[in-house]
Amino acid sequence: MYTLEHVTKTYRQKDRTIHALHDVSLEIPTGQLVAIQGPTGGGKSTLLQLLGALDRPTSGRISLGDSDLSGLPDTKLGRIRAAEIGFVFQGFNLIPTLTAQENVETALEPLGVSAEERRRRAAQALESVGLGDRAHHVPGELSGGQQQRVAIARALVKEPEVLLADEPTGNLDEQTRDEIMGLLEGLHRDRGLTLVIVTHDSAVARRAERRLHLKRGTVTERA
Amino acid sequence: MFFTYLRRELAGRRRQTAIVAVGMALAIALVMIVNAVSAGVRDAQAAVLESVYGVGTDLTVSQAAGPPEQGEGGGPGVRFEFGSDDGETTDDGTAFSNSRLITERGAATFDASTLDTVEGVDGVAAASATLSLTNVTFDGELPERPSGDQATGDQSAGADAAMPAPGEGGAGGFGGGAFDVTSVTVTGVDPGATALGPLSAVELADGRGLESGDAGEDVAVLDAEYATTEGLAVGDTIELGGAEFEVVGTVASTSADAATASNAYIPLDVAQALSGADGQVSDISVQAASAADIPAVKAALEEALPDQAVNTQEDLAASVSGSLGSASSLISSLGLWLSIAVLAAAFLIAILFTIQGVTRRTREFGTLKAIGWSNRRIVGQVAGESLVQGLIGGAAGLALGFVGIGIVNAVSPNLATTSAPQAAGPGAEGGGFGGGGPFAAQQATDVVLNAPVTVSVVALAVGLALLGGLLAGAIGGWRASRLRPAEALRSNA
Repeated sequence: MYTLEHVTKTYRQKDRTIHALHDVSLEIPTGQLVAIQGPTGGGKSTLLQLLGALDRPTSGRISLGDSDLSGLPDTKLGRIRAAEIGFVFQGFNLIPTLTAQENVETALEPLGVSAEERRRRAAQALESVGLGDRAHHVPGELSGGQQQRVAIARALVKEPEVLLADEPTGNLDEQTRDEIMGLLEGLHRDRGLTLVIVTHDSAVARRAERRLHLKRGTVTERA
Repeated sequence: MFFTYLRRELAGRRRQTAIVAVGMALAIALVMIVNAVSAGVRDAQAAVLESVYGVGTDLTVSQAAGPPEQGEGGGPGVRFEFGSDDGETTDDGTAFSNSRLITERGAATFDASTLDTVEGVDGVAAASATLSLTNVTFDGELPERPSGDQATGDQSAGADAAMPAPGEGGAGGFGGGAFDVTSVTVTGVDPGATALGPLSAVELADGRGLESGDAGEDVAVLDAEYATTEGLAVGDTIELGGAEFEVVGTVASTSADAATASNAYIPLDVAQALSGADGQVSDISVQAASAADIPAVKAALEEALPDQAVNTQEDLAASVSGSLGSASSLISSLGLWLSIAVLAAAFLIAILFTIQGVTRRTREFGTLKAIGWSNRRIVGQVAGESLVQGLIGGAAGLALGFVGIGIVNAVSPNLATTSAPQAAGPGAEGGGFGGGGPFAAQQATDVVLNAPVTVSVVALAVGLALLGGLLAGAIGGWRASRLRPAEALRSNA
């Protein structure tokens, strides 16, 4: 479970101070599917990065289970990201020179999994997203939807507790968007994942159990 | 994963990999060639010195440089004098032939008893004295005098003729004439002590070498190349200093790269007598008991022989001039700086491409950090890629370097060299016969330049490739390690 207490995040950009998050307090129970919406520059991506242990708040506290993400050193945050958190990005962020299989295997690299086990689990993860026959294709040979499936396989292969998705359907057409959302919902349901999705798309947000709205760094709940 | 990722990255960025590798290869090949040629020049210098001073000579003793004494240097040079009965008169004129054995111009001689002093110095294992001479032969014909009493032309008139010294003019002053002046370098050596000195660096080509029993005998050993050029063979005779010498053997340099020091070698005592340098020598070759003793022996010799110059092999190396000297200075100046410049450029290209690669892959590294890759793992990946890129360049450079060295060895440029004795005084230069040529106190030698491929050259190439790769990898890796994952993911790179 995520717990955020009075979290603020400010950036210095040239001579300006940007208040990305302002006194945000909320809880996200384990296994919940949450959608975060809001205007561009409202703080959605910043909140997702704090939840993903990619950054620390300027003040306040964020914890994931028993781990205080706001106070841990970089190496421990790295270990938490490696073991407990999966990421899916709008731009897929696959490594262009590696095959789908190898891209998925990168997620197991920091966990010290043996090469054979890596190959087996990556193949299994690709099968689970319906890309078993595309394992040896590089991203450039795959469609946008297929690339996002590879990214989802990479996020899920390490069996994380949390999956954070930043505009996962932002670059996809409507039909592919529905396929990806169906896939994510299925994984959330079957594996009991905590799934946090940042999206501009109301159709996607409506499929979530809980909807948050972020505007000027402040979070409000939406029915 | 490391190697798979590395392989795919290098294969996926072929153009960048090729540019870095080609840059590195060119630099490494150039360094290899310069290094090999430099070693070749050093070997050639050593061969020249060996041919002049012999194998195992650690030090040489010669007359210290000083102001020219009266009649030495700048003087009229060799003077040929003919008596009234000399020459053979024909209808066209009078033919003369005369040969003189003289000490090499600028090579001052000193008392042969110095050898005893040298042998008495602690740390001296062996010593041998030589006398460097030049045999100058005048061979020509003078026309009959044109008129009157003086034109009887017959030598019976009682007027002795004096030929101009070389350098003082060619044709005679009365109606012209034709004459040739030729010279042969001759070294007087102790026939019982040829293990040290110039004959220690030769091998017998034909006949025999000089032996103890040859002392006082008119026998000569010729340089094989000179003998071939002059059409001389063992059993023939050669005129030196007006005496007929029997050719008892021919010798060739033990180095394939250089000729022997002298055209002819004769017994020291005979050389002294014919050149009028009785009891004089021009050089003493000294062998130290051990290499470590050389500085101490040099100091002791300098103390015992204040009027003589004592030189080590290093001192002598500086005396090698001519095109070999030019090659040496070219290699040590232009070659060295060109290598450094190209190497620096190659390293810079590798570093810039690595940094550019890291910048371009900011989002990629941000993603890897987001999924838990440690800084160390990412730095290792970047460094590994750069290192392999450097090694590819190194391998290509090694091949290119071998080709370049092979071309140098195939061409085998012939370098003319002269080795001037360190002690030659001011009189060694200039002078009445044009200053140089056969009268100069210099040892002219032709050497073939070879560029040897040594383990150190190969190690240098591999080491530079590793260094270039590591340097680029370290800087690129450092840059990658500084990326904050959140900022890297926001990057549009």
